[in-house]
Amino acid sequence: MRVPLSWLREYVDLPATETGRDVQAKLVSAGLEVETVEQTGGGIKGPLVVGQVLTIEELEGFKKPIRFCTVDVGSANGTGEPQEIVCGARNFAVGDKVVVVLPGAVLPGDFAIAARKTYGKTSHGMICSGDELGMGDDGTHGIIVLPPEYEPGTDAIELLELVDEVLDIAVTPDRGYALSMRGIARETATAYGLPLRDPALLDVPAPNSYGYPVKISDPQGCDRFTARTVTGLDPEARSPIWMQRRLQKAGMRPISLAVDITNYVMLELGQPLHAYDRSRVQGTIGVRRAEQGEKFTTLDGAKRVLDAEDLVITDDRGPIGLAGVMGGANTEVADVEIDAETGEAKGTTELVIEAAHFDALTIARASRRHKLSSEASKRFERGVDPEAGPAAVQRTVDLLVLLAGGTAEAGVTEVIAPSAPRTISMGADHPDRVAGVAYGRETVVRRLQEVGCDVYGTDELVVTVPSWRPDLAFPNDLAEEVIRLEGYENLPSTLPTPPSGRGLTERQRLQRRIGRALAGAGYVEALNYPFVGDAAFDQLQLAADDDRRRTVKLVNPLADTEPALRTTLLPGLLGALRRNDGRGSHDLALFETGLVFLPSGEETKAVRLPVDRRPTDEQIAELNASLPAQPRHAAVVLAGAREQAGWWGKGRPATWADAVESARALAREAGAELLVAAAANAPWHPGRCAALSVVVDGEAKVIGYAGELHPRVIKAMNLPERTCAMELDLDVLEQAGQGALVAPRISTFPVATQDVALVVDADIPNVVVEGWLRKGAGELLEDIRLFDVYTGEQLGEGKKSLAYALRFRAADRTLTVEEASAARDAAVALAAEHTGAVLRGA
Amino acid sequence: MSAPNKSYDPVEVEALKPEEIERMRDEALAAFEAAADLDALTHAKTAHTGPTSPLSLANREIGALPPQAKAEAGKRVGMARGAVNKALAARLAVLEAERDERVLVEEAVDVTLPYDRVPAGARHPLTTFMERVADVFVAMGYEVAEGPEVEAEWFNFDALNFVPDHPARQMQDTFFVQGADGKKTDESGVVLRTHTSPVQARALLERREPPVYVVCPGRVYRTDELDATHTPVFHQIELLAVDEGLTMADLKGTLDHMVQALFGEGVKTRLRPHYFPFTEPSAEMDMVCYVCRGESVGNPDRPCRTCGSEGWIELGGCGMVNPKVLTACGVDPEKYSGFAFGFGIERMLMFRHNVEDMRDMVEGDVRFTRPFGMEI
Repeated sequence: MRVPLSWLREYVDLPATETGRDVQAKLVSAGLEVETVEQTGGGIKGPLVVGQVLTIEELEGFKKPIRFCTVDVGSANGTGEPQEIVCGARNFAVGDKVVVVLPGAVLPGDFAIAARKTYGKTSHGMICSGDELGMGDDGTHGIIVLPPEYEPGTDAIELLELVDEVLDIAVTPDRGYALSMRGIARETATAYGLPLRDPALLDVPAPNSYGYPVKISDPQGCDRFTARTVTGLDPEARSPIWMQRRLQKAGMRPISLAVDITNYVMLELGQPLHAYDRSRVQGTIGVRRAEQGEKFTTLDGAKRVLDAEDLVITDDRGPIGLAGVMGGANTEVADVEIDAETGEAKGTTELVIEAAHFDALTIARASRRHKLSSEASKRFERGVDPEAGPAAVQRTVDLLVLLAGGTAEAGVTEVIAPSAPRTISMGADHPDRVAGVAYGRETVVRRLQEVGCDVYGTDELVVTVPSWRPDLAFPNDLAEEVIRLEGYENLPSTLPTPPSGRGLTERQRLQRRIGRALAGAGYVEALNYPFVGDAAFDQLQLAADDDRRRTVKLVNPLADTEPALRTTLLPGLLGALRRNDGRGSHDLALFETGLVFLPSGEETKAVRLPVDRRPTDEQIAELNASLPAQPRHAAVVLAGAREQAGWWGKGRPATWADAVESARALAREAGAELLVAAAANAPWHPGRCAALSVVVDGEAKVIGYAGELHPRVIKAMNLPERTCAMELDLDVLEQAGQGALVAPRISTFPVATQDVALVVDADIPNVVVEGWLRKGAGELLEDIRLFDVYTGEQLGEGKKSLAYALRFRAADRTLTVEEASAARDAAVALAAEHTGAVLRGA
Repeated sequence: MSAPNKSYDPVEVEALKPEEIERMRDEALAAFEAAADLDALTHAKTAHTGPTSPLSLANREIGALPPQAKAEAGKRVGMARGAVNKALAARLAVLEAERDERVLVEEAVDVTLPYDRVPAGARHPLTTFMERVADVFVAMGYEVAEGPEVEAEWFNFDALNFVPDHPARQMQDTFFVQGADGKKTDESGVVLRTHTSPVQARALLERREPPVYVVCPGRVYRTDELDATHTPVFHQIELLAVDEGLTMADLKGTLDHMVQALFGEGVKTRLRPHYFPFTEPSAEMDMVCYVCRGESVGNPDRPCRTCGSEGWIELGGCGMVNPKVLTACGVDPEKYSGFAFGFGIERMLMFRHNVEDMRDMVEGDVRFTRPFGMEI
């Protein structure tokens, strides 16, 4: 809502010194979001006057038509002589009244006017367009032609109300009343403690039986309908400048007198109005729901197919308006046409004025259904004062009579569905209890009265809310009114005392720990969008029946190529890797933790639960069953050097082993034992892929994979060579955590170390050999560590040597060499038995 | 070695004459002093303290003296040897110190060399900032609550008093999820949550009976295209307190506490009336610009980039929990009241750390994230 300050002053006697910024501050603190205060005509300086065109000489020989004019500007130029002005516009004739700026003046934008030579003549000033005066473009780019009644030489700065301030207010959905000058004026008056001149307080004739016939078939959709008829209108009558200017400042374009008046009254009172050309309406005006599929052309020329829920205004032929949204082309007020032969003006001379009150929800739905938002629908959706209709019609009729020479017919139609005033019961101390401030009953009552409520009662108040505040329905709504008018800025600041908390949950702690562990290991966190498409899965070389292709899909994705939600973190994370690589960072280690979305296909349809009571546990469980599984995953990707080359020596490229190690790091943080086994799973290299498992409730579960990516994936995604990745399910990893650690017992007796090198078949995994060694070594084994892997000709084809360092120690004595050797031999023997390992060199 | 000779005249033993012993001692001291390095000292040590050195040989002769002479000769030789050993040790210490100094100088390195063998990693500032905000409240006794990102409309809208078709429901540009039937309509009842507020309803339903004091950080979604100031995927943190007798003054105090914990002592907040379906009364909350502290307002000589010389920075929305929300979550609004607020993490990070372009927080460029380190 754009509010010209000059217009606002018509209803509230603001001190003359108050600026737009002052009013803004007051209204903001009362809860109206005044986004900007615009200065119109800033920097403008006269002389800017009314002129009358005396002569026009067409100048020939220029690229565009140019006119040399003489203009009577009265005594504004000091001489009273005609002013000579060159002008490029053509929308005026001899005798027209125009706006003339004289040398010495300054127009908006610091545009200083001086006499200057142009097109072979000297131009002593300029004939102005609306644009040049900062009035906004009227769409014609032509100069302003004024109504004939103004005297040459009259100051046009004042006439055109060029200097003003306009408050632009963003109105929240609950406050329909603030979409009117009347509503803003009420808030302003309250904020300043000044009286309000309510523009809706008009003498309105009582309804009678001889008004235009109206029949309401749907009183739920339309509970009020007021109609009046005005005849004898002068089709040539134009909107006065003051009205045009107010409309312009409020952001609307002047169109024709009848339309301008209905718009003006809507802005003033908040009541949308419609004017029908009576000669084009046939029979009774009706209000009903549309028939499914009924066709109708709105004022904007769009042909619309109606829905059975749409509310329409009809005459005997059918729809003439989409109620509360837009009128029909078939009863539009006609443009003026001048008969070329007789010079007689033809146009609309009789109007039926409608002011109705429609159901907010019906209008909101229709507006959305037809993707048609109008000034009217915007107001009806947010709630229009149901009692404003008669005053709005009266105001419209008055203006038509005044400005278009019309005659108001005596018939007054008013159809009203019965309704009772709305009352709310509220403890007088309720606002105090909501705010934590002792306002006292007197203040509460006074503030509610300022809002427009009638208030009765002492301890328990019975509050009748004003018709224009449909948003006031509960005690807290009233409390808000009191608190905001008393000033949110005056609320004290107190701290409640919550019960002692338990801190973060284990899961929340783990999540933080994981981030720190990975960052500590050199990984940088990236948070990626979860949107994916089939292309991403194809690039990852996922099989057609891969579970990860079963996605949650969006109805309205941002990009049609990415209509689904991720089932793996890798597409996003690899995208970030590629982006970094493309920007010149080649040694990369990135990580992400976040939700993935895994529909089972068994999701139920989401039910709409009640809101007037707590749903049952079964209902909540049923609702949750409509959601896909959303486990939290962790993933890393690596490319380039894991360790950089430098003065210390060579670097080391990131490998599959780094990817696997990242999983081990996470398992360590989770206190879980991670089992690593060879696997072949897209998108990984089949020979360099590890399945990662944990044991949960006695059952081994694969929670993810790690390794080097498949060369085809690297090619398809245009990734750096040998890019590696790991991804696992953090939720399951967390479940595998073994709880509070049992502290190790530390023996202080000396250690006995023994090294063994075992030759095994190349395809036997280290974990297997190490496992048997560990088992065979028995209780004396403190630690075992693989320190070398060797393959070579001396071992023979298909063999490898694994070298382990074993550390033995007893809790109660110094081990003898014999004891340590015996333990080592037992370890080797068991490994040999199960893996065919042979002691190297044996 | 000679056997003891009771009739032996000590004067007759040339080597044990006092002047001889003195000479031997002085020669040894001079030799040590003359030794220029440890090798020379080793030679001098052998020559003057070794088994064949004059003093050692003289010492051997003592045994041949008559008992009455032994004590005096022994004392004389012993004193001389003591002096020699002491001088040797002193010279050794000097020469070793000289050597050590030389070696350490030779071993000196350029300690300014870099060692970025494994460059440092970092957590994303959005993550760490959410943690930091949450920690302020955890310290007060709040707990951290979570909820799903693909959420039922009932939680995202209905339970929060967004009635169907209310214009407020349209204010948020919602991603709708397709139902199992694959129909491309917005009727599945499932959406990407548009705010963290559904966690309010979940927290109330899960905890069943107040008091409930929770914060809910998380990821939310709206259908905005990515540009310098918008992103379709962003983060919010939500706070909910429901207890007996909570007031708007408590809300204000809690906000004041938060901004002071995050932005420093003395930073004030301001509430402005607003509208949200799930709070009544509702407010928008601003904090005084922590950079200019409001001094840039009307002061064109000192413009403030952080607040655009407005003096205030808009943080987010808040208010007293609408009794309808309490009712929908099974909490008796006659007995309990509550307050809630929520704000965007991206926005707060943008002005706290002078981030100029939203895309920097989205694209995962390591050059942006790395300087933020582990904590923020």
